Amino acid sequence: MSVLVLLEQRGELKPCALEAASAARDIAAAAGMPLNAVYIGQSLEGQEGKLAGYGIAKVYAYEHASLSHYSNDAYVPIVRDVARELDAKVIIGSATALGKELCASVAARLGVELAQDAIGAAWAGGLVAKKPLYAGKVLADVTIQSVPAMVSLRPNSVQAAPQDGPAPEIEKRAMPEVSLRSVLKETAEATAGKVELTEAKIVVSGGRGVGGPENWHIIENLAEAMGAAVGASRAVVDAGWVHHALQVGQTGKVVSPDIYVACGISGAIQHQAGMRTSKIIVAINKDPNANIFKLCDYGIVGDLFEVCPALAEEVRKVRA
Amino acid sequence: MKIAVLVKRVPDTASVFKVAPDEKSVVTDGLKYIISPYDEHAAEEAIKIQEAGGAEIVVISLGGDDCQETMRTVMAMGADRGVLVSVPAGLSIGAHGVAQALAAAVKREAPDLVLAGKQAVDDDASQVPERVAELLDLPHASVVSKLELADGKALVDREIEGGKYRIELPLPAVVTIEKGINTPRYPKLPNIMKAKKKPLDTVTLEDLGLSADAVKNQAEVTKVASPRTDRRNQIVGGDTADAVKEVVRLLRDEEKAL
Ligand SMILES: Cc1cc2nc3c(=O)[nH]c(=O)nc-3n(C[C@H](O)[C@H](O)[C@H](O)COP(=O)(O)OP(=O)(O)OC[C@H]3O[C@@H](n4cnc5c(N)ncnc54)[C@H](O)[C@@H]3O)c2cc1C
Ligand SMILES: Nc1ncnc2c1ncn2[C@@H]1O[C@H](COP(=O)(O)O)[C@@H](O)[C@H]1O
Repeated sequence: MSVLVLLEQRGELKPCALEAASAARDIAAAAGMPLNAVYIGQSLEGQEGKLAGYGIAKVYAYEHASLSHYSNDAYVPIVRDVARELDAKVIIGSATALGKELCASVAARLGVELAQDAIGAAWAGGLVAKKPLYAGKVLADVTIQSVPAMVSLRPNSVQAAPQDGPAPEIEKRAMPEVSLRSVLKETAEATAGKVELTEAKIVVSGGRGVGGPENWHIIENLAEAMGAAVGASRAVVDAGWVHHALQVGQTGKVVSPDIYVACGISGAIQHQAGMRTSKIIVAINKDPNANIFKLCDYGIVGDLFEVCPALAEEVRKVRA
Repeated sequence: MKIAVLVKRVPDTASVFKVAPDEKSVVTDGLKYIISPYDEHAAEEAIKIQEAGGAEIVVISLGGDDCQETMRTVMAMGADRGVLVSVPAGLSIGAHGVAQALAAAVKREAPDLVLAGKQAVDDDASQVPERVAELLDLPHASVVSKLELADGKALVDREIEGGKYRIELPLPAVVTIEKGINTPRYPKLPNIMKAKKKPLDTVTLEDLGLSADAVKNQAEVTKVASPRTDRRNQIVGGDTADAVKEVVRLLRDEEKAL
């Protein structure tokens, strides 16, 4: 019997891997089961220390150059087989683009249910996942009866909170023989140093109120001052000012940062779907009746062309 | 070339969702239903392939009889046929069950390519097409923003956080579609009329060799609630300089988030 956490990596372990480990530790403790982990990637060497304090008994490490990038053909059978070998009762992964594909595929192979993109999971005699439905308009508790119960956690929704404790034992595993059907031809990664939208602790988003692409630097400047990732409303994406990858909302990315700053965004319901689980929402809008003020924590009624640069300057000042 | 498009009928998320008195479901009366937006992009992509080089397109849905309306819309866009996997009203089926049934329906059609939405916007399960692929042992890729076919292979751009993978998949394969890939067409009136006469077959779970028990939902919604409404809604007043100072103080000293 075991709780199993899937440690997602992109060269380095991803922050969401530690968030998943944190949630898994609490579940394992409540269920009275040991916690184990699977690492699949090029190499875990030198990163073991990061895994201390999560109560992980053993990490099953599948290390190989050909495993550095995700592939269904290679990753899915590994996780399926480890889950069977350990008699896993719970499997926790991350609801990233690749994490969701992995979890869905493993769930199919094991013939079990999976709560994807959950914002929390706890053990109450069985696994209960909290999951937004209908563009976040309702929040559901999903009780998973099939075993192993599987959950993928939305990045940033659980805090990675290591306790005192040793680094886990690492058991290196040989890469199993697999026939790779799909071939990775090319990878394009984000420019180094840029904070990724769905994992950022702070997100600064701009909407139609920014007026045009020639003013977008106002949003980027504020984001830079706050150490934030840049997001956008669909109005801005559809107008072609920024790439679709920046869109936050029902048909864009779902973000859950500590601080979400909405600048010149009216707060349409489809936009809310992508940001309403943010911990603190700050709104800057010149219309005091804008919908966004109904769902924000702190609002400034004013012209973003004035407020955003002033805010950037103030943040730089207190951070200096 | 034969393409199967998986299409789900979902409530329009612009609707108001009220928690039902049992606190385990939402009130469905008065909801407007639409084709899940990503499925519309999947259908458009299939039709573009059809226009470019010819293809038979079969639209497959699992649900109640009202799914036929959604399927006719896709046929009006250009799909040739429909297969409805009809399930009894009130039967709660989990993603595993849905995928088993859809996989069986897809298998009967033996398409070269299966297109689906990256997620259905009702429960955002984000897993049914991947499951279909695994159950049929087919290669697959999710969240695809570009698709090219050549020499029995699909070359796709698969979006990941802050980047993309370009992946080559041998056909038959399953691909889930992201929004940016195309702009779905509006069906023209004559095509809407024509679509009414296109073949639409109905199959049951039993026809597909599945019992209600085998597809039973093992991920039950045991509670639903409205999302948090405890926002502070505090408008910070004063001139710009004062307001930004106060907001930064609140974020840093009160919330300890900056
Ligand atoms: C199926 C569907 C899916 C959708 N998916 C998404 C999605 O994923 N994400 C999304 O964002 N939208 C989505 N939408 C669109 C959504 O309904 C809204 O149209 C969109 O969010 C509006 O963007 P906006 O707030 O930037 O623009 P607007 O609604 O035009 O708001 C602009 C705001 O800027 C303010 N403003 C103007 N000038 C200034 C200034 N100088 N200073 C300060 N404030 C100023 C205005 O007061 C106004 O409130 C979707 C719609 C549909 C139908
Ligand atoms: N009941 C269904 N009928 C047909 N297709 C479905 C059904 N459920 C899911 N799908 C397909 O799978 C995609 C992802 O759905 P989901 O995994 O439910 O988020 C959808 O966009 C559809 O293409």
